[in-house]
Amino acid sequence: MTLSSVTSTIAVTSKAPGLVLRNLSVAYRTPGRPTVRAVAGVSLSVTPGQVVGLVGESGCGKSTLGKAAVGLLKPAAGLVEFDGRPVVPLGLRSRPTGQRGLQMVFQDPYASLNPRRRVGEQISDAVVLAGGTREKGRGVARELLERVGLPPEFADRFPHEFSGGQRQRIAIARVLAAEPTCIVADEPIAALDASAQASVANLLLELARERNVGLLFISHDLSIVRQIADTVAVMYLGTVVESGPTDQVWAEPRHPYSKALIAAVPRADGSGELPVDLPGDVPDPAFPPAGCRFHPRCPVAVDACADAEPALVEFLPRRRAACTVLAPTLEKVG
Amino acid sequence: MNDTPTPPAVDAEEPLLAIRDLVVELPGPDGERLRAIDGVDLTVGRGEIVGLAGESGSGKTMTALALLGLLPQGGSASGQMLVEGQDVLTMTPRQVRDLRGNRVAMVFQDPMTSLHPMLSIGKQLTEHLRHHKKLDKRAADARAVELLATVRIPDPERALRRYPHQFSGGMRQRIAIAIALACDPALLLADEPTTALDVTVQAGILRLLDRLRRENGLSVLIITHDLGVMSALADRVSVMYAGRIVESGPRADVLREPRHPYTRGLLDALPHPDGGTAALVPIVGAPPKLGQAPTGCAFHPRCPHAVDSCRQDRPRLLALTPTHAGACPIDPLAVAASKVDSR
Repeated sequence: MTLSSVTSTIAVTSKAPGLVLRNLSVAYRTPGRPTVRAVAGVSLSVTPGQVVGLVGESGCGKSTLGKAAVGLLKPAAGLVEFDGRPVVPLGLRSRPTGQRGLQMVFQDPYASLNPRRRVGEQISDAVVLAGGTREKGRGVARELLERVGLPPEFADRFPHEFSGGQRQRIAIARVLAAEPTCIVADEPIAALDASAQASVANLLLELARERNVGLLFISHDLSIVRQIADTVAVMYLGTVVESGPTDQVWAEPRHPYSKALIAAVPRADGSGELPVDLPGDVPDPAFPPAGCRFHPRCPVAVDACADAEPALVEFLPRRRAACTVLAPTLEKVG
Repeated sequence: MNDTPTPPAVDAEEPLLAIRDLVVELPGPDGERLRAIDGVDLTVGRGEIVGLAGESGSGKTMTALALLGLLPQGGSASGQMLVEGQDVLTMTPRQVRDLRGNRVAMVFQDPMTSLHPMLSIGKQLTEHLRHHKKLDKRAADARAVELLATVRIPDPERALRRYPHQFSGGMRQRIAIAIALACDPALLLADEPTTALDVTVQAGILRLLDRLRRENGLSVLIITHDLGVMSALADRVSVMYAGRIVESGPRADVLREPRHPYTRGLLDALPHPDGGTAALVPIVGAPPKLGQAPTGCAFHPRCPHAVDSCRQDRPRLLALTPTHAGACPIDPLAVAASKVDSR
């Protein structure tokens, strides 16, 4: 992987092609309960051909962010742009043509495919929607099945005839039929077996490279993100606490939360070393802690951490972290 | 095999759990018998953590269910499953019921489905305490508070009156473990106990299991496809494929010097946390479906090293070193071992 060839960063550049989130907030409102800001001001961008990993524990808001990014949820504040135009939240009408290049792969391939329709039909829908004939769609479906590593004859079968890994390949083929330039994949391999995980992750990476498709890869599994993402953003309770080129963040995490996440990954090296525990749970996002949202669990927290929310500071080119304790040691770039 | 009487006295050397030549058959759609487990041998010593690895459908979970007498309807098991010298497979249903949740307990993958959503934590924690240990309500509640404290649930008294949905996934799994530990079992069967959890929470659960082993001498059979979890916790590892054990040995031997191509394949499919960004190498193909295992070595259609003989001869598990065993006929160590074995 040549990092130097990756032109974009997590930074927001205006009029950029691809997906851009600007200071995005998403809130859930329940009558009689406080508003939950599941995403509380996140900026990131995904350019064509770039693989961006978004990691964090469950409940950190990464799936909410993914849904808002493709227009399945309405932002409470901030902006989602795709190819320079705002992403309009989906309503009863069909998705605007300009947004069809933005597609999503869901976590559970058992729920995301219609069990009562042949997979070939489901794949060809995008072709028909784009004005093509069902006949053309059939041809496209067979080609795409082959591209995702399945025999074209599978087009005539139903989802229940396939394993989880095969279904996820079918879901990916269906997304490809829309000729996307950006794919948001929310935990696309979490429901699969280890060997199927590797092959589906490889497939997504290949597609991003070969078709110049941007990929926002949302996952709780750091080791897989480390393997395929060019840049990574670590999320905690609705905010990004650290971001940067994946190999740098992995080798030298700066934020205490990124450090803890990486140290908690067990290594299959036969050493018998227990992974490091990060005590506590992600707090209820309805009642986020004051100041730095991580401070109640943070091993290095000081009093000042409870006072103000630290800003995401670019301390090295393309590397950012948001930590009150680290702030004096993080030199601002420029 | 059935002629040997089980030794009545508890021998210190005797493993807590000894599974010998376990065969589990399940009914197929057309009334035929499908072999889910085909001759498995496995032991777990006292205070030992043994890992059972393999992809889904390899028979890992079925092994645990057979031990608890919880096979799916129409399923049958033969061979021996000795728990503290007593063969579970020859017990009456009543004897198995007395064993289950008492001497042998199980933790399942998904704590949201293994806990009853409509019953309070206290009710679920004390139910079997009252049944197996005949404790009265007050004593059972006291024990429940103690258990919740052991698994580090904050404010245990209050937790007793709460319901599963009021806890996070990691907390729920801790509660499920507390329930499993309630009657002080000798053996804990943990089936993918951390698969549904975040890595940070997983680290906590793994440390908890390790502590219970060190402090209470608990024996654990941990079933997982995650070789990282295996490496962190298990003393010995057995790798299962299509109902058979293809490799077993001490953790370091199996994970650092895997002998079976399947074990090697599982390791290569993992991202290397400290390695470069070399592409992941998936194992080609998928495991055989139940009852459709190919002849010879069941792994041969997916094996990069398979030769003609792999298609015909079913390899046996052979001792490669005194502790490390593998079932691959073309592994050079196994070739040497088979010569010794056949004299």
